[in-house]
This record gives sequence, structure tokens and C-alpha cells, in this order.
Amino acid sequence: MAENKKNPVWELFSSVRLALFLLFTMAATSIIGTIILQNQPSNFYVEHYGANMARFMQALDVPDMYNSWWFMVILTLFSLNLIVCSLERIPNAWRLVTMDNLAAEPEGLKKMGLHRSIPLGGPLPVAVNKTAALLAGKGWKAERRDLDGATLLFAQKGAWTRFGVYIVHTSILIILIGSLIGSPRVAKDILKNPFYAFKGSVNIPETQQTDVIYSFLEGVGQLPLGFTVRCDFFTIDYYPNGMPKEYLSKLTVIEDGKVVLQQDVEVNKPLIYKGITFYQSSYQPYEDFIITVRNNRTGASTTELIPPAIEVPWKEGGARFGVINMEARGEAVSRIKIWFTDDQGEPSKFWLEPGREALIKRSTGDYTFSAKQLYATGLQVAKDPGVWWVYGGCGLMLLGLMVAFFMSHRKVWVLVSEERGKVTVLFAGNANKNKLGFEKTFAELADSLR
Amino acid sequence: MNSSQLFGFTTLLYLLSSAVYIALFVFKNKKIGAAGTVLAIAGVLAQTVALGLRWEESYDLGIGHAPLTNMYESLVFFSWCTALFYLFMEFKFKNRVIGAFVMPFAFVAMAYASFAKGMNQEITPLIPALQSNWLIAHVVTCFIGYGAFTMAGGLGVMYLLKKSALEKGLTRETLTGSLPDLRVTDDITHKTIVFGFLWLSAGIITGAVWANEAWGTYWSWDPKETWSIITWFIYASTLHARFTRGWSGSRIAWLAIIGFVSVFFTYFGVNYLLAGLHSYGQS
Repeated sequence: MAENKKNPVWELFSSVRLALFLLFTMAATSIIGTIILQNQPSNFYVEHYGANMARFMQALDVPDMYNSWWFMVILTLFSLNLIVCSLERIPNAWRLVTMDNLAAEPEGLKKMGLHRSIPLGGPLPVAVNKTAALLAGKGWKAERRDLDGATLLFAQKGAWTRFGVYIVHTSILIILIGSLIGSPRVAKDILKNPFYAFKGSVNIPETQQTDVIYSFLEGVGQLPLGFTVRCDFFTIDYYPNGMPKEYLSKLTVIEDGKVVLQQDVEVNKPLIYKGITFYQSSYQPYEDFIITVRNNRTGASTTELIPPAIEVPWKEGGARFGVINMEARGEAVSRIKIWFTDDQGEPSKFWLEPGREALIKRSTGDYTFSAKQLYATGLQVAKDPGVWWVYGGCGLMLLGLMVAFFMSHRKVWVLVSEERGKVTVLFAGNANKNKLGFEKTFAELADSLR
Repeated sequence: MNSSQLFGFTTLLYLLSSAVYIALFVFKNKKIGAAGTVLAIAGVLAQTVALGLRWEESYDLGIGHAPLTNMYESLVFFSWCTALFYLFMEFKFKNRVIGAFVMPFAFVAMAYASFAKGMNQEITPLIPALQSNWLIAHVVTCFIGYGAFTMAGGLGVMYLLKKSALEKGLTRETLTGSLPDLRVTDDITHKTIVFGFLWLSAGIITGAVWANEAWGTYWSWDPKETWSIITWFIYASTLHARFTRGWSGSRIAWLAIIGFVSVFFTYFGVNYLLAGLHSYGQS
């Protein structure tokens, strides 16, 4: 195979030079997207960079450069480079792992960076056994081969660590495969099944439900979930200094008319059902209110969702009420003015803070009021069947990096020879990495024979 | 004694330690070197206690969280990682002059955190996005990497200084005479980059897992993410150039410096110059 003239394309892709070039290219081009804001409406670019420049940018997909054809080409070239480079070098690594180290020339051992001769008493077989036992005691399992008037022992550790770098390369490919599996674009354009992988969002007002979400990807639109999600409740908690402390939605999943899951969703605590994940991502306050009124004398009560300035009848209670005014602090309403009448005398008008109660005494009874501003929870919704590939690849990468960086292939040869009744032991060894560390190990090993 | 007093004390210790290491470098008086180490160790100890105190103080305020959540806290932690990593390397390689090129970074980070205009030193509560167990794992892994890369950058400068002095035919008597042998510096630079690369990878990965848990996407090409991968590409190139093409010496020294600039931009530049999801660090 080595004799064959290699295909020049293969040659190119098997070169580290190309890898260096591509790594540099990816680093350099990636900068563009951090300077030019991505995924803005097209007039943004016209305003900031002028019409001509904007046209040029659009032509090169700069506003969405990380999904552009040319960036994909670079990534593809990089993947091919990784594959070919690895395929080209793995056979060599395999040869180094499986080679017959006992075929080493005795003369060659003396030329190794680390070698040491030690005289030893006793006949040859005894010396060989003693040396082998010593090696075994330190975890070096030796193979042996009898030569003319001598015996060669060989032991190695960490031969497999020569594959560490290929573990890293493979892990990168696994991550890239995972990202393709989970890509909404691939699902839409290649699999023709946008539901296979998607990212989108949905706003659900409290007490309402949905069985569709809206994909972020252009041309997909609504995606049916196959089940229903209801938002029972949404709230924002604040710290005393006014910073938001918690966004919380109480969600209920309903399938075939049955409640199958109820969960509080917060930022960092998503809800997962059937491979679809719902993340707390935003909210929308309304001017509508959920008002609960209770007649403490009769026990009758009602909860109504009411828009502002609309009079709502409460038939069982024999009364009518509505919201006639409100004060807002930012988008959150700090208090509302309620108008209430039981048609006995003047109507009551009073301010009520959401979350608090108001007690109104009238001739028909004492009424307790509470109110909550209506919110819609904004959920990010994603289905990513490739994520476990990505996570697996990431784990493998860390493992591979540790092997590649911190573990080495260490070899020890021991030639036990007899000349004119004198037995000599020649130690030799090498390591492919961390040579300094191996020097110590080697010295200890040789010293222990004395 | 509260944490901010102790942080002030730390800043002073790092300043003195840097000064001693620089004096060691300039005057080649080996006797004073030990003082630099003692001061650096005292600084790290004071800072460790201060970090613990600040953590506890946050619980006293009823908003307990690790002190890793805004620019001030991150600078303090960066300084701590850099100093700690430097001390580790000093003990491992038994060389003190390197301190003159690393400890000033630990000092400057502390000084900047303490004196920069508009730096909010208050312990603030955690916004919902940061309320996650991944916070500690992500920040710690990233900053160990940053600390290592800072050291590698300092070593790169050291290497180039020595090299240019040697090329000009300057001998032991001159300023750079106290610097370690070029081969030693080159070796330590490489090992430091290898170490940092592993932690940077872990930092990017923990960040990705966290992002997926909080935002539903493990990678969104937000400027911070993008710059971290740019940094990763730079160091990946450096390692490949060395492992397979035998690069060493000045080229690696330059790459260590370029890499550090990229780290600096990832950490700092992105927060101040570019908009994105990682805006916690701005205040």
C-alpha cells in the first residue's frame, strides 16, 4: 500500500497542515459573527452598514453565518480531515501496539535513551526468573524469548494509550453527528419531518392550554405536540431589592383527556415529557385579572377572569363587579380599583393589591376579595434527539484528552545474558510521553534489582 | 474581619509578592526569592479565607450562593486560580523567577476588582438563570483553565525575552540572566497549555450542558461561547503544531501569548464590548 501513489486529495485530507489551516480558519471566521449581530431583521444591517454592504452581507449569509453554506463547508472539510487523518494514522498506532518487541536487537537496546547494565550472581535461568519476578512485583508482566546464550524479557504498560488522541477525534465526530441528529434544519429539509427535532416557543395564558407550539425555523410554523399543556399558574418572585428571584409556571400535561403530569417549571428546571422539553423563558402580563369574591355569610364564592372596565355579573351571589382603575409599576400592576354592588345601596369602590385580600362589609354580608393579574408564561420548547450523542461525545472527549495528555506507553526490555559464567542484566526502556516521569520509574526498577 | 478587608489584604500581599519576584528577576538575589513565595502563599491563604467568608456572608444575607456570580467575584476567583496554579507550578518545577511574569496578573486582577470605576462589590442575589448546580462546576473549570493560560502567556513572554537577549549576544550578567533555560521554559509552557486545554474543554462542556438545561440549547453561538471555542481552536492548533509538526520555542511562545489574548478577550472583552446571553459579568 505504501508503494502505491496516493490520491492527492486523500493526501491533502490526511495532512495535519490542513487541520491547522482549518482550525485557524474556523477561529478567524467565527470572530465575524461575534462582531456583527446575528439574526437581525434585514433593515438592521442596512441601517448599520449601508445598503451595499448589507447586500454583500446577505449574499454571504453573514447575518446567520454559523448556519451559512460556507461555514458548513468548513465544518465538513474539518470533519473529513479528522476522519482521513485518523484513518491514516491508526494503522501505525496499531502496529506500535501489537509489534513484536521481543524481536528487538540486543545491540539496539544499548542505544536506547534509557539503559543500564547490572551484574548479577547465579546461573542464567535463576537470574531470568528473579528478574521476571521482580518486574511482575512492580506490575510489569513480562514476555520472554530465549536467545543464543541469553534471555530477553519485555514488558509494557499503557500500550492502548496510543489511541487516546483518536478517542478525542472520534468524540468530536460523535458531537458533530449528535448536532446533526438534533438539528431542526436537518429534520425539516432532509428528513422532511420537522417534528423529529425542533426548537420553538409558545405562550400560554394562565388557565389556558395548548397542543401546538411554534417553531423558530422559518417555514415550519405550528407543530402539534400530540398532547396538551395547560398553564395553571404563573408567578414572579422578587428579592427585597427588586431583582427577580424566581419565574415559576405550574404546568399540567394532559393526554387523551387525562392528566399525566403536573410540574412546577422554573428557569434551570424544565419539564420533560415524551422527549419534548419545556423551558421557562419569558412571560407576558395582561391587564386582565383573576378575581375571587366570597360572601363570608353564605359561603358562596366565584372566581372570574375579567378584562378591565367590564362589568361581570355574579348570579348566585346576586351581585355585579368589575375593575374600574389600576396602577402599574412597570408592566406589573401594583393595585386595582374594584367596583362592586349587590344592588343594596351605594356600590363599593376600593383599591386592592394583587396577592392581598380586602374585606368589604355590606348589608348582604361580608365579602372577601382577592385578585391576581393575569400572566401568560412564555415557554421555550425543544426536542433534541441528538443531545445524548453530544453529551456522550463530550464525556468521551474528556476521557480521551486525559489519556492523550497524561498517560503514556512505557516499555521495558531486560536482556539477561551470560558470558564466561558471569551473568549481566541489561535494562532498557522508553516512553512516548512524560519521559521525565518514566526516567524515575526506570531508575527505581533498575535499582530494585541490586 | 470581613471578606472585603481580607480581599484588600490579599491585594497588598500579591503586590508585595509580585514586587519581590520582580526584584528576584532584576537583581538575581536568590535569597529574597523565598520571601516572594511566602507572600504569595500568605496571599492565597488570605484570599481563600476571604472567599469562604464572602460565601458565608451571602448566607447571612439570606441569599446564599458561591461567590462566582458577577465581574467582581469572577476577577477575585481568577486571581485566586492564577496564584494557586502558579504556586503549584513553582513547587513542581522549583523555579521562582517565573513568579515575576505571573503574580502581577493575580495582583492586577485584584486591584482592578477593588478599584475599577463602576465595579459593584456588593453581594447580590442570584437571578433565576444562575440558580443552578452547574454554576460552580462551570465557573471553576473555566477559571482553572484561564489561570493556566495566564501562566502560559507569562511564560511565553519570558521565553521571548530570554531568547532575544541570547540572540543579541547578551550574557549571564544582564537582566535576563536569571531566567531559566529556554528548553525548561518551553517544556513548562507546553505542560501548562496541555493542563489548561483540558480544563477549558471541561469548562466549555459544563457550560453547554448547563445552557441546555436552562435555555434548551447546548450551543447558540452566543459571543461568549463563540470566543471560548475560538480560544479552544487556537490551543488545539498549538498542540497539533507541537505534537505533529514539532513546533517549539518561539513559535509556541507566540502562540501561548496569542492564546492568552484570546482568553482575555473571551473573559473580558466579550463582557464589555459584545452583547449576548452571558451578560451577568457586566456589573
